Amino acid sequence: MTNAIPNRVLTRLLWLPLLLILSACHIDMYDQAKYKPNQPSDFFQDGRAMRAPVPNTVALGSFRPDSALATGKLNGELVTDLPPEITLNASLLAHGQIVFNAYCAPCHGLAGDGQGVIANRGPLVVPSYHTDRLRTMAVGYFFDVATNGINRMYGYGARITAEDRWAVVAYIRALQLSQNANVKALPPDDQTKVKAGQ
Amino acid sequence: MSAQIFSRTANAYLRVSLIAIPLLLGGIIAALIGLYLSPWYTEAGVAKAQPIAFSHAHHVSQLKIDCRYCHNTVERAATAGFPATETCMSCHSQVWTTSPLLQPVRDSYQNNTPIIWNRIYDLPAFVYFNHSIHVAKGVGCTTCHGQIQTMALTAKAQPLYMGWCLGCHRDPAQNIRPRDQIFNVDYDVQSLPLAERQQLVVDYKIPTDGRLTNCYTCHR
Repeated sequence: MTNAIPNRVLTRLLWLPLLLILSACHIDMYDQAKYKPNQPSDFFQDGRAMRAPVPNTVALGSFRPDSALATGKLNGELVTDLPPEITLNASLLAHGQIVFNAYCAPCHGLAGDGQGVIANRGPLVVPSYHTDRLRTMAVGYFFDVATNGINRMYGYGARITAEDRWAVVAYIRALQLSQNANVKALPPDDQTKVKAGQ
Repeated sequence: MSAQIFSRTANAYLRVSLIAIPLLLGGIIAALIGLYLSPWYTEAGVAKAQPIAFSHAHHVSQLKIDCRYCHNTVERAATAGFPATETCMSCHSQVWTTSPLLQPVRDSYQNNTPIIWNRIYDLPAFVYFNHSIHVAKGVGCTTCHGQIQTMALTAKAQPLYMGWCLGCHRDPAQNIRPRDQIFNVDYDVQSLPLAERQQLVVDYKIPTDGRLTNCYTCHR
């Protein structure tokens, strides 16, 4: 018993478990010294953690003035066909419908008639796709407008990828056909349905 | 006669404290757990004030604007994408152009200064959540974000405790939905029979071999 720690010392150490309480108070793992998207910053002068590109620079691979896929133009002329990278099929149109309904329909309307929910709430007139001018317009025009905007419409090049914008262009063509189809071109079954008013 | 060390009531004190002290300790622990789970601590269901009184209820429920119009990177990035001021102005340069409620948006657009919103879903820095993979594998917006179409001011729908994340990662069939219903805020996950949801887990190639519950799935 002579080597045992005196009770007096043990009593003095009893407060040590209280230190555990302190351990719950640090938050340096929750808020680490790093930035996540959209966080404010007190380091950069403009207060943003996400940095804008340096003026007069482009991201590697994003500047493709010669590419019909990226610009809707070839040699300065609007393209009249989808770029070779885009394959026209049912899944492209289905995808185009999803993107169109999400990004375009608020103003242009689900049917492309310019009667979207925003158009109905403001003093703006949204052009319908179902006019001779736009029915005969080159597909590159729709892509260029979707990318860079026109008149009061803002550009969506930064929000929708080029592939998705082409899917929208293809779907706009389908919408135009849907409102301007020749009944005689339909299969016989569908023709009888049209005549029956279905 | 030597002095008594214990008073006459010492036995009673002892018996009462035998019951009272465990009750008190249990009560303190229960109260702490209650606080930990309460909206006061988790902020679940508590709407925060914002610099602009943006209403999801109006934009989602009344105008039927798709989630992706504003949160446009949700399908291809870790973050759903907080809308740039330009996104607000795409419509609000035309409608509500003189509303004083939207003055901070116009100021932000004209002066190229950010709008500082109060973050609702704030994950710890050691959690690496990725929106795109959840959206691609059949987890809809409302599964985590609640009935966003009813929120005038946005509130957190979940306390975001790890146990809640693990609930889904252990049994994905509980909250999965078809891919074409991801952005449908009115869709009810339970409307699909469990057997069909389990089939979705197979179809969408969601690993059920325990990989989803590995620590490094979310922590790196």
